[in-house]
Amino acid sequence: MSILSTQQLVVDVPNRPGGTPLNLAIQPGQVWGVLGPNGAGKTTLLHTLAGLRAPRSGSVHLNKTPLVSLRRRQIAQILGIVFQERMDSFPATVLETALIGRHPFLSAWQRESSADYALAEQALARLDIASLNERLVSTLSGGERQRVALATVLTQAPAIWLVDEPTNHLDLRHQSAVMALMAEQAASGRSVVMCLHDLNLAARWCDQILLLYPNGEARWGPRSELLVTDVLEPLYNQRLAVAEIDGAPVFVPVHQRA
Amino acid sequence: MSQRGGRSSMPLGLLALAAFIALLLALSVGSASLSIAQLWAVAQGQGELLASTLVWELRLPRALSAFAVGGLLAVAGALMQVLLRNPLADPYVLGLSGGASIGALAAMLAGLGSLLVSSAAFAGALFSTLLVFGLAHGRGGWTPARLLLTGVVVASGWGAVITLMLAMSPAERLPGMLYWLMGDLSYARAPWPPLFLLLAVSLVLMPLGRSLNVLARGAPQAAALGVNVRPLEWGIYILASLLTAAAVTTAGSIGFVGLVVPHMLRLLLGNDQRLILPACALAGGTLLVLADTLARTMIAPEQLPVGVITALLGVPTFLFLLHRSR
Repeated sequence: MSILSTQQLVVDVPNRPGGTPLNLAIQPGQVWGVLGPNGAGKTTLLHTLAGLRAPRSGSVHLNKTPLVSLRRRQIAQILGIVFQERMDSFPATVLETALIGRHPFLSAWQRESSADYALAEQALARLDIASLNERLVSTLSGGERQRVALATVLTQAPAIWLVDEPTNHLDLRHQSAVMALMAEQAASGRSVVMCLHDLNLAARWCDQILLLYPNGEARWGPRSELLVTDVLEPLYNQRLAVAEIDGAPVFVPVHQRA
Repeated sequence: MSQRGGRSSMPLGLLALAAFIALLLALSVGSASLSIAQLWAVAQGQGELLASTLVWELRLPRALSAFAVGGLLAVAGALMQVLLRNPLADPYVLGLSGGASIGALAAMLAGLGSLLVSSAAFAGALFSTLLVFGLAHGRGGWTPARLLLTGVVVASGWGAVITLMLAMSPAERLPGMLYWLMGDLSYARAPWPPLFLLLAVSLVLMPLGRSLNVLARGAPQAAALGVNVRPLEWGIYILASLLTAAAVTTAGSIGFVGLVVPHMLRLLLGNDQRLILPACALAGGTLLVLADTLARTMIAPEQLPVGVITALLGVPTFLFLLHRSR
């Protein structure tokens, strides 16, 4: 029983006519990795799955209900998205920023309760930034901001996580910690869909893979079928060498001289 | 810095106290100054006739009008800043006040009644909003530079049209010229409609505060957290235009209150709209009451248009914000 599914979905990437219709069925407990070269439409797909962008054709369903017939608030109670780009035009503290994750669960007149604050504080602690609570987001480093964004969605605690480049700006230790967090979310019955550039993170942490090609074609399936050099080399138009570490493949780009 | 629960009552209480003191000051200072004791006597209906007339017919209506107009402009500014995710937005800078002035002026020249004058001001402000936002949006988003340039150019265009309309109108109307270009409270005699509007809008905005907080982080983030972005944004467009129009029909186009007040309050109180919006209503009112008191006493017996004072405060603030945003 899939929690998020698409029927004949074609995302609306500007100036690209065709595309493989996507019939995805995302189950609770799965971690999906969306891979593809720059401009293949990974972010557009994520925004379409969140209902923030109308598809060119086809539909997205949340628990069997078409996304378009749900109110934004109903969607936000089930589905959370971590954007790649964020805007902070106004000063806000780290704690205030994480706390907006509770917005979909509070009525118009309700103020955040101490339970809401506790959730936000736990999320910040889980991302190793509890000590930054009172800092202004604008004073943080890129990696710290990335973790604040993840903490906001962790505070929202959605059944479906859509994450655009979760490891952006993160150092190695925090890359690993964030991927472990995603795996932990899946293990507790949630679903995770993330766009990734790092094949090795996908090979280590994702069980389902969706490949997006620049011309709009797509392939999807279990990791073992798609994370092989025969498939990945044409996807990225890049020769790859592969090794095996701890039972998972490790891909290294091979530099070609012209 | 974070506001837990009902901690907002203290700053609002202090601001209300400041507003009260500013109003008392406005009542006592002027060509004939009145002591607190004299004011108290007037309030109880026991004062001298002169003092009584001065307070009830001149100073109180003017001070309350100033309070209402200041509050309306500050709230309009704060709303537009959330809408545009830009702390430089202000109804005067972006040409809304100019649009409202033209609507009102055209209706007056056509000899229409006061209700139609107000409606025409609202239509002018709304048209100006749509024009600026539509043109500045173009392809892609609103960049601060593009938005400001569009707004400033539209505002100076309105200024030229106002001057043209006044030049073509009978000579006895010319003293009103500064009123529409600069803003002046000398003619404000009916404080209740704008005060009522300020109160009503503050109440309407109360349940929307948290949604506005989320909207301030950008439309995609707001939609992702369950905000119905389109209806909320349209509501703010219309509300900001309405507030500006009401302020302009009361006191002409007074600049920069919508810029200075939200900026100062954000520095002091953070950016929770549930606190900032009512605080803007109180602090904007207080600021304009004080500015107007200064305007009518500084070079007495001559009176300055209050817009001069707010511009003297506002222009440096604007330049500072612009400088810092780069």
